[in-house]
Amino acid sequence: MRDLVQLRPEGLYCPAGRFYIDPWRPVDVAVLTHGHGDHARVGMGCYHTSAEGLPILQWRLGDQDYRVQGYGETFVLGDARVSLHPAGHVLGSAQVRIEADGQVWVVSGDYKRQPDPTCSPFEVVPCDTFITEATFGLPIYRWPSAADVARDIVQWRDHCAARGEAAILYCYALGKAQRVLAELKPVIDRPVFLHGAIAAGVDVYRRAGIGMADTRLVMEDGGKSAAAGTGFAGELILAPPSAAGSAWLRRFRKAQHGFASGWMRLRGNRRRRNMDRGFVVSDHADWPDLLRTIHETGARRVIATHGDTDALVRTLNEGGVAAETLATQYGEDD
Amino acid sequence: MKRFAALYQELDRSTATLDKRAALVAYFRDAPPRDAVWALYLLAGGKVTSARRKIAAVGEMRAWAATASNTAPWLVDASYDQVGDLAETLALLIPDPAQTAPERGLADWIEEVLVPIANRDEAERRDVIVTAWLGLPFDERLVFNKLLTGALRVGVSQRMVQQALAEMSGVPIARIAQRMLGAWSPSPAFLRDLLSADELPGDRQQPYPFFLASPLEGEPDALGAIDDWLVEWKWDGIRAQLIRRHGEVALWSRGEERLDGRFPEVEAAAAALDVDCVLDGELLAWQDDTAAPMPFSALQTRIQRLKPGPKWLADAPVRMLAYDLLELNGADLRDLPQAERRRQLEALLRRHPDPRLRLSPLVTLADWDEARALRDESRERGVEGFMLKRRNAPYQSGRRRGDWWKWKIDPLTIDAVLLYAQSGHGRRSTLYTDYTFGLWQGDALVPIAKAYSGLDDKEILELDRWLRAHTRERFGPVRSVEPVQVFELGFEGVNLSKRHKSGVAVRFPRILRWRHDKPADQADQLDTLKALAR
Repeated sequence: MRDLVQLRPEGLYCPAGRFYIDPWRPVDVAVLTHGHGDHARVGMGCYHTSAEGLPILQWRLGDQDYRVQGYGETFVLGDARVSLHPAGHVLGSAQVRIEADGQVWVVSGDYKRQPDPTCSPFEVVPCDTFITEATFGLPIYRWPSAADVARDIVQWRDHCAARGEAAILYCYALGKAQRVLAELKPVIDRPVFLHGAIAAGVDVYRRAGIGMADTRLVMEDGGKSAAAGTGFAGELILAPPSAAGSAWLRRFRKAQHGFASGWMRLRGNRRRRNMDRGFVVSDHADWPDLLRTIHETGARRVIATHGDTDALVRTLNEGGVAAETLATQYGEDD
Repeated sequence: MKRFAALYQELDRSTATLDKRAALVAYFRDAPPRDAVWALYLLAGGKVTSARRKIAAVGEMRAWAATASNTAPWLVDASYDQVGDLAETLALLIPDPAQTAPERGLADWIEEVLVPIANRDEAERRDVIVTAWLGLPFDERLVFNKLLTGALRVGVSQRMVQQALAEMSGVPIARIAQRMLGAWSPSPAFLRDLLSADELPGDRQQPYPFFLASPLEGEPDALGAIDDWLVEWKWDGIRAQLIRRHGEVALWSRGEERLDGRFPEVEAAAAALDVDCVLDGELLAWQDDTAAPMPFSALQTRIQRLKPGPKWLADAPVRMLAYDLLELNGADLRDLPQAERRRQLEALLRRHPDPRLRLSPLVTLADWDEARALRDESRERGVEGFMLKRRNAPYQSGRRRGDWWKWKIDPLTIDAVLLYAQSGHGRRSTLYTDYTFGLWQGDALVPIAKAYSGLDDKEILELDRWLRAHTRERFGPVRSVEPVQVFELGFEGVNLSKRHKSGVAVRFPRILRWRHDKPADQADQLDTLKALAR
């Protein structure tokens, strides 16, 4: 039996359906799992996307030939029956289920199992072969509850406030920032200030009806707001990681710097980025959830695509599940 | 343990000295003395475990954690490679407790749980440690593991701890530093004496904290007229304080270890004096009637010998070259100007000529140009350059910039090829930052040195990326890489060595620059390095 998904120079290819999943070079037919830059690129003939993911692609890729699919609705491409299922990674993220030649394969894209108020929860899709991400493929990665982390963030802001400092929290502009804001909503008492690059994504999420903490722009009133007058002392600010160390920071007279990412589980990563605080909040599955998910899909064959694949593959093989690696070009940002 | 874990976390988080000191002051102020003195002991580099007090060997801890967390041993190793810190790795692997065990203070943990199981059967030690792990939340598990693996490494200097204690107690930092020298046991009584405002009998038996010189970067002309400075040779020996009080002699190294018995010839010379005094100087192996000292390696073999026999004393006789007088007949002279202490030192040694206890001579120079010319002869004289000491400066404690400078000769350099890389520790634990370099012998590259420092953060990242993509083999945390990258290494000296595969041992190797311009086949030959050896 031939493989339903193969690695080609353009990306992951399904020969039965003659389409690519998250390709990194221009192709005619692309099925996208989500809108992060390493998965969604310009130049494709057409894009199949989940309905929830459409506004994100419109924001990131502009006007394109989009083919919108509802979660769980089957559509036919070539000889393959294809459907998209929630992956729980970010708004609109999807797993791709492919049925052809009497087999079922599922490509996970990026996914997580933790509750996330900003997107539909991960759905276990039974399959023969499961192509999984492995960004955090070591048992040292186990996530604390995001609600607890949100309380830690507010506590940190208050600690900064007592010292007359701004609390600048770096997080990725698509997905992580909105999730942090949604987790903060029930526990925070004051608006959160946003860097412009984050605000654009927050608007997309708000229009999609996602509830998040109140926000203001750092540049509100042309950067002459009352908060700006005090150098944003005592305020929480969300900024993209690229703002760290940039001239943009000059407006904050005194500040502490934090980073929200699964990578912050290791002190070495926090110190390497010169962060005062690391907040462990991830949009990827941690180690126990990788193993649990693989088990629940019932897959007898597993292919790990990106991240720390070595340990996961060996663990699965030792546990009696045939596992291997495919070298994709997806990143390990979180 | 909660309080100590919180202190550890605050120290680990903060990069600002003031914040760290404030955290220390708050801890020492609020913690029970029993806990506080253990914290002090650990922050000063003391360890709970030792060769004679075995509680949990590193290999045992890995095995116990593997079982307790239901993790395959190879997966524990793979995790450790990623984290780079064993205490942290194991804390991450052990599951969080469903219910936290009742709180126990730092001293109770050490004295009532850990010390009593020392040297017991493995099963007994394992049960206690694993039970502890399963009852502690993450932050406390991490610190608990740090107690077992030995080093806190939390970016706090001895001096910062002493500043905090001084700020809290009002006792001058110099006295605190002096009282903390040498070996002490972490008892509440020690802490009480340490912070006592009164003079204690023990105060008179301790060495003084050493005043350390800073490296002079650039030219000395910026220091002003040469007449304001005393110039001495910089000796390549062991810095030591020779103490004679009430006729009893003690010898302390700069590493705060007592050297008593190792250098009997020097102790005999001190015993023969007719006054009490504390001398600061350099121990050197030096044959009589020769112009230059023996290489450092000769001294190194002597320091290993607890009680050297006549052959050792004849083969590598040791003398002390004194350059400072800190105390005379019970009077602390450290606040006197350098030149005045020197004058009294000269008078003292003039009255007691002894080949084993000599004056480190002053070098008389008309100006900095003459100094530069003479400094070029350093290598032939077996010295490392000059020491510059401001004539009117007091004897301070620790490394304070401004009054004592070491003006060393430029290092020897060689172009070597990168062979192996290993991940670093602490801040660099997720990067490959420990490098091994080799030189050519025929068409083979022979490893000659390891170096850790010398690249900036950007270069470290670039090299890290390069070597991940050009790895040949992996042995645990070590990678062998394609022998392509050439680096200029600097080092202080080369000695012939039978213990090293290359036949030479280099002193203080470090990376001076990355030679992007140089292909590997143009790196230096091993023979070139051997020719520099003494």
